[in-house]
Amino acid sequence: MSAAVAIREGYGRALAEYGAVDAKVVVLDADTASSTFSCYFAERFPDRFFNVGIAEPCMVDMAVGFALGGKVPFVNAFAALLSLRALEQVRTCVCYARANVKLVGGFAGVSDFKDGPTHHSITDLAIMRALPGMTVIVPADATEAARWVPIVAALDGPVFMRVSRGSALPAGNEGLPLEVGRGLVLRAGRDVTLVATGTMVGRCLKAADELRKMGAEARVLEIHTLKPIDADLICRAAEETGALVSAEEHSVVGGLGGAVAEVLSEGYPAPLERVGIADRFTHTGPSPEALMDAFGLSVESIVAAARRAMGRKRGGR
Amino acid sequence: MAGATSFHPESLLAELAEHARALRLESLAMIHRRGAGHPGGSLSAAEIVAALYFHKLRIDPARPDWPERDRFVLSKGHAAAVLYAALARRGFFPREDLERWGAVDCHLGGHPDRTKTPGVDMTAGFLGHGLPVGVGMALAARMQGQAYRIYVLLGDGECQGGVLWEAAMAAAKYQLSTVTAIVDYNDVQLDGAVHEIMPLEPLVEKWHAFNWHVLEVNGHNLRQVLEALDTACEIHGRPTVIIAHTTKGKGVSFMENRAYWHGGVPNEAQMKQAEAELRGKP
Repeated sequence: MSAAVAIREGYGRALAEYGAVDAKVVVLDADTASSTFSCYFAERFPDRFFNVGIAEPCMVDMAVGFALGGKVPFVNAFAALLSLRALEQVRTCVCYARANVKLVGGFAGVSDFKDGPTHHSITDLAIMRALPGMTVIVPADATEAARWVPIVAALDGPVFMRVSRGSALPAGNEGLPLEVGRGLVLRAGRDVTLVATGTMVGRCLKAADELRKMGAEARVLEIHTLKPIDADLICRAAEETGALVSAEEHSVVGGLGGAVAEVLSEGYPAPLERVGIADRFTHTGPSPEALMDAFGLSVESIVAAARRAMGRKRGGR
Repeated sequence: MAGATSFHPESLLAELAEHARALRLESLAMIHRRGAGHPGGSLSAAEIVAALYFHKLRIDPARPDWPERDRFVLSKGHAAAVLYAALARRGFFPREDLERWGAVDCHLGGHPDRTKTPGVDMTAGFLGHGLPVGVGMALAARMQGQAYRIYVLLGDGECQGGVLWEAAMAAAKYQLSTVTAIVDYNDVQLDGAVHEIMPLEPLVEKWHAFNWHVLEVNGHNLRQVLEALDTACEIHGRPTVIIAHTTKGKGVSFMENRAYWHGGVPNEAQMKQAEAELRGKP
């Protein structure tokens, strides 16, 4: 799969393919099938596809009923709606009642650039991460999103998977094993660690190239599973590189940056700079890339954060 | 009124009435002992719960996870006392467990929890979840060729929320005739009278407009309740709702129709009077 493929395209195609493998899979959407690309599954398996209309809370609870009846439901909606409008259903009936429901939040981050802040989802990871029993997965590109589908389906328990509308710079992780809760080392380095998730993985790899030109070798970790997070990998990086940057297409409050700060403060305190959207609302933009740059997620921003983090190392630099 | 599609002997009606009385007594004793709970909505649902658990539901206390069992979803989860009392009386767990309701190491919580209590088919707490979950259950059963039915007991105040009507549309769209919803229409909610706080009327027409088959019964008349439950099984191509007109706090004079007893806890003297009134009735 080319890196230019939209992440939702990778997910949607893979879900339709997986439908042939596992007859227990059913798919629900709330009038966004042609946006989330659950439409590919709907075309192949119309009897296992349920369009509930614009009724996300009902859809989540229906999925719980499917799960209690032995099915493996994939619930598709915009991430902002799943994590906000349907949150009580997610908390009570999916997580607390421990139903085997797979929630796929589409159009995540600012990837729905043209529709503006109501449609942007910059708090979904903080919300979903706070729910007991939830597993939170963020693929970095279309290829990875496709690889997660069978893994997520086979996992017994609630999952939230975050999917962007558009494409991302390639994560280049095709040869590495994907495992829930196990971060990936995409690049070795001992001067600073860039801890990235989702669409920021590719950007961090580019930032590492830039840092190398400046004489700094950056380690790049991909944290695709925000929960349960790979604390060992992060703490080892803190110990071996002494400074870290987190990078996410999400608010700096409660997402990857928050999670890494929690891990470090208890496991191996070290300077951390958080690259993410400041604690504010976004606005409409001409492209996801332009919006990400405007909200401090550019490669240059990552490089600058890395230099600040290195400058805060014990004993200076 | 439900059609007279079924015959229920007086002996059955008397037996179920006795179960309903026992559920009321047990519910109040539980709430009194614990110092917490919801008596009004537990008492209003006693006949409905008795008819289901001691006659209608195809269930097996020895196999609470039996895949083919009928499902009962107490969407108005605050009436947990009457559900727990029924499950214990039906043999899903020892009656002594009821005495430990609410203890930190007891499987019986303030609201029903499917992961902890044998026989509880769905977790409930905040309102509005039972019907959409029931819709998903019914669709899953149909896909798997399983014939079990899904009963969802709704509160009337619950009908003020929107998610329920999303599910009502979905159940009609998918023609889920295995779903029977029952509205415990006691016209009292936490803050006062339902018809004052946010009127539901015309409720029959509302469900009709959502393409449901609608039955109306006196929810304390066991013959009517049983007939309606039977009639619902005969309806094909659409779900059925039974609007059960009930009295909040039914059977205890000082509780009846009073919002205080939505979540009020009877003291020692009130318990004595309530027990006397409930035992004194045939």
